[in-house]
Amino acid sequence: MKHPILEEIGREFLGLAEALGSAALTLRSVVFWFFTSKFEFRETAKQAVKIGVDSMTVTVLTSFFTGMVLALQMGRSMKNLFNEPMYVGTMVAFSILKELGPVLTSVVVAGRAGAVVTAEIGTMKVTEQIDALYTLGTNPTRYLLVPRYIAFMVTLPLLTVFADFLGILGGCLVAVTKLGVSPTVYMDDIFTYLDVSDFMHGFIKTFFFAFMIATVSCYKGLNTKGGAEGVGKATTEAVVASMVLVMVMDYFISALLVAVGV
Amino acid sequence: MIEIKKLSKAFGEKRILADISVDIRDGELFSVIGPSGMGKSTFIKCLMRLLRPESGQIIVDGVDIGSTMSEVTLAKVRRSFGYLFQEGALFDSLTVMENVSFGLKYLTDIPKSEYPRIVKEKLALVGLEKVENLKPSELSVGMKKRVSLARSIAFEPKYMLYDEPTTGLDPVTTGMVKDLITDMRAKLNITSIVVTHDLNLALEISSRVAMLFNGAFVEVAEPDAFRCSTNATVRQFMEISHLPNPCDPEDVQKMNGYNGKNGK
Repeated sequence: MKHPILEEIGREFLGLAEALGSAALTLRSVVFWFFTSKFEFRETAKQAVKIGVDSMTVTVLTSFFTGMVLALQMGRSMKNLFNEPMYVGTMVAFSILKELGPVLTSVVVAGRAGAVVTAEIGTMKVTEQIDALYTLGTNPTRYLLVPRYIAFMVTLPLLTVFADFLGILGGCLVAVTKLGVSPTVYMDDIFTYLDVSDFMHGFIKTFFFAFMIATVSCYKGLNTKGGAEGVGKATTEAVVASMVLVMVMDYFISALLVAVGV
Repeated sequence: MIEIKKLSKAFGEKRILADISVDIRDGELFSVIGPSGMGKSTFIKCLMRLLRPESGQIIVDGVDIGSTMSEVTLAKVRRSFGYLFQEGALFDSLTVMENVSFGLKYLTDIPKSEYPRIVKEKLALVGLEKVENLKPSELSVGMKKRVSLARSIAFEPKYMLYDEPTTGLDPVTTGMVKDLITDMRAKLNITSIVVTHDLNLALEISSRVAMLFNGAFVEVAEPDAFRCSTNATVRQFMEISHLPNPCDPEDVQKMNGYNGKNGK
């Protein structure tokens, strides 16, 4: 006998399997058009501005203040433990480069640019503009998705480098003005105890995050149903899914990178 | 020529089209009429494979696009079609010039320097001028539809699909669009498929009219024969549109009386 709860669970799993299958097909299409179509420079540049340049202000503010608060908290903790604000630069840079820089930047980009991408593609879907692309000899994957994937993959790592730098700078500002650490000591702490692999650890992760955010945003946009309400729903779902996936992926990719020695 | 054989389409458990078979001959103007929500738009979207049918064949110039086919081959077949969308479906982020020349860029080898001339020419055909640099958000509903029509005919397709071409237009623009559809057929021999709920329009411009009801064509006939149809659904639709059955004098008298009473 069918149980309503089991039926509901089954339906949810079927829906999830269907969504995963559909996302995989979209990905296959992106790969196909990436290698076979002419590079849409204008559209890609436009998207790079929308995704990267327009996210810069939020990224700057987030990373700078995160660096500042990190320095403040760590300096105080060190003072309590050792009566001296030791290794502030090391700890701020370590946290920013390996985790907070890439993760916070990805969350910001998922929330801002990811939402824009889903809303834009979703609106095009419900107003038949996606169908119009087909009728005008253009595959939507080629014209809409490939430029956005490239834009995400290029701008998110660059934004992260920028965020890393500003986070460390913010930390330096607090270390110097509030904790009395000299800039030379702060920088020396960083260069003595950290190396390029610490930076690479965070930097590599951003490519995975960018790919995931692009996939979720584009997929949700392309599968929008039901007018303005549907666009709002798809956008919310895309942002929530991207943010959660950034956190989940962060652990697994970090574990993998640690295992391979990066 | 487009041959449609046993075409079926469903959304979930809701059956929209059931085993539709019809041939659309080269150069003809084939209209599909029927009440809203009966699958008219679904029908023409299937013709261009914007929607994948559940079963059946859609043979366009000998190539079956109804069954599975690679996107590249499908894109080639789609090049023979122009499509006028119900709401225009103009690209919001592009100007009128970029919208109308979009198909030229992707579907033809025409040099870019020729685009402004062609765009102006097509816009003039639909009665628009000096709108090239405007964005769709700056246009009225009627203007959007006309720009969309200019975009669809810019690359001179072999088949033209019109989804409710006159909905939302004022009487003057409706007349212009009507003339344009007939002109396109007469001058360029474009095969046209018009989906509409405007029976008067369909009977006036078409070479054949099909009535879609409950997922099937209940009548396919030339306008004169269509007017005389004895099919109950067709009769009901004609009555609602205040059109008499010319083959039934009683009906003509009744309808004339009705129209006279209403001052028509």
